[in-house]
Amino acid sequence: MSMATGAFAERGADLELVGISKRFPGFTAIESLDLTIPAGSFFALLGPSGCGKTTTLRLVAGLEEPTTGRILIGGKDVTNLKPYQRPVNTVFQSYALFPHMTVLENVAFGLRRRKLADPVGKAHEALRLVELDHLAARKPQQLSGGQQQRVALARALVNRPALLLLDEPLGALDLKLRRQMQLELKTIQEEVGLTFLHVTHDQEEAMTMADTIAVMNKGRIEQMGAPEQLYELPKTAFVANFLGQSNLFTGTVVGTTSTAISVDIAGQKIVVPVGRSHRHSGDVTIGVRPEKLSLHREAPVIDPARNVIGPAHVIDVSFSGVSTQYLIAHPSLGTIVVFAQNMAFGPVAHVGEQVWVSWDIEHGFGLADDPAENPRFAADTDTKSIAAQRHAALIAELGEA
Amino acid sequence: MKFSLGKWLLPVYAVLALTFLMIPIIYTFIFSFNDSLKSNITWRGFTLDKWLNVCKVQGGAVCEAFGNSLIIGAVATVAATVMGTMIAIAIVRYKFKFRSATSLLLFLPMATPEVVLGAGLAAQFLSVGVPKDMTTIILAHTMFCISFVVVTVKARVASLDPALEEAGRDLYGSPSQVFMRITFPLLLPGILAAALLSFALSFDDFIITNFNSGSVTTFPKYIYISASRGIPAEANVIASAVFLIALVVVVTTQVSAAARAKRLAKLG
Repeated sequence: MSMATGAFAERGADLELVGISKRFPGFTAIESLDLTIPAGSFFALLGPSGCGKTTTLRLVAGLEEPTTGRILIGGKDVTNLKPYQRPVNTVFQSYALFPHMTVLENVAFGLRRRKLADPVGKAHEALRLVELDHLAARKPQQLSGGQQQRVALARALVNRPALLLLDEPLGALDLKLRRQMQLELKTIQEEVGLTFLHVTHDQEEAMTMADTIAVMNKGRIEQMGAPEQLYELPKTAFVANFLGQSNLFTGTVVGTTSTAISVDIAGQKIVVPVGRSHRHSGDVTIGVRPEKLSLHREAPVIDPARNVIGPAHVIDVSFSGVSTQYLIAHPSLGTIVVFAQNMAFGPVAHVGEQVWVSWDIEHGFGLADDPAENPRFAADTDTKSIAAQRHAALIAELGEA
Repeated sequence: MKFSLGKWLLPVYAVLALTFLMIPIIYTFIFSFNDSLKSNITWRGFTLDKWLNVCKVQGGAVCEAFGNSLIIGAVATVAATVMGTMIAIAIVRYKFKFRSATSLLLFLPMATPEVVLGAGLAAQFLSVGVPKDMTTIILAHTMFCISFVVVTVKARVASLDPALEEAGRDLYGSPSQVFMRITFPLLLPGILAAALLSFALSFDDFIITNFNSGSVTTFPKYIYISASRGIPAEANVIASAVFLIALVVVVTTQVSAAARAKRLAKLG
């Protein structure tokens, strides 16, 4: 009990997961997970539902026991400690505020259990931090969703845990409130300097708030790093498409220089800098973000600093105010997505029009995935792209004959 | 004015039904003031004597029976509520062998005719050689009350969000603290309802009691026995008093709940 019953944590502590796996009857939630979260960081665990992120959080909180592996907080092994013995607090997805207690008693609960001095004063202080001290006497069910969320945060923060766990705490809020709470959470984290471990499936939320993001898929961490790094240089097709959208093309490396590799993609040569590709020979999947693409209505002048794909034709235009999304069908590459800022009034190209796309060579990236394990082209159920792919396959077959 | 059957049918029917239900109670209440002699069948004039000297007739037999019923009800209620609550939590929260069988078996005492239950239990006490007294009545009542407690409390446990207890553990509450400060207070409305139900069931049980009571007399048994030679007005006094107390309790809780809802609405 020494850690939990001691005084307030001065600062956050490192969290280390060593070889963690968790099996439930019938399925494996987490497979040999190693993870280190440095003290004082805002760390996001991002992944689709069922990827094992919430289970990871519950293992750290002590609400589940790992099948194998160890959990260390501040260098101390807590694997066999009960939840109430760990210097960790959780903001639950459903908030889990005690309905039979006032807001103040909810916040003071942890302090009273640890028999700390002046629980009421400290609870008021925590409520002031989340700007809810004027509602201290209310019951949780008399508060709005956003207010309940802030009470849940205050109830966890007041204990000054070495590690604060957030289980999709903003999921139940509407968009505007969520934005506001994201900023508030980030500010509070910087103010108190604790280690935050935030579990979410919302990539935008993770990118806005976290210093470091770990993208989790099927019980494994696919990639970990700063938000910009993950976005600009995704390592796997999963990360490239879970964190924003990507256009992915697969081809064979046909030329290598000291600075770049060129890849033959359905007869078109695409160049990627060596430093931006995880694989440099054989089959590779390369990608580019939709907003990095420029749309041309005439064949662009050949420029060695840019990759060009085309001609292709526009199959869909959706205008969303600040930008326009174009879907472009290429006879052999399938559908390409382009986001264009609306510099002029309205869309510049129309459905059926013939267009070319180009991008700065420095904006492409090469994935570490072995393309043989993935479909050569990302599965696309769009009927037009399927038709385009069938058409391309037929032409190839006729050419061989 | 045109006569409308639909408009009058429901009120007339409701008044008739209510009157029919209330007549025995009103009769009992009125005849508790009857200046009766041995039997309490004909009206002989108004008196408060029976209310003031309720325990003096027949050497206090009415009061003794009433006291026995109170003691049996209280003990059986406490025992059944404690055990039933524990069983309910175990059935909802834990996985163990024969869980569904246990759940099913707990329904049996509610489905079995009381005569069968009472006679079977009496036979068991006889074969084991346990003399029939207060203890056997309490055992019998506890047995059938447990079923009702489990059913009532189980519903409450099932609707309790497990995240609340997890939050308690996360906030440094030991298992016993989490139970006392979170689980128990949140289950309390269900537990209280179960306890009230148990007491009511135990207090007015006659059939099972009659099989397992030996020479001990409970209030329902006293009334049954004296019915053959005339129920004394003192029994009416106690029955009326019980009815009035129950009425006061119900009205008070309803009024205070309404007041609380009003207060909450004003705050919210």
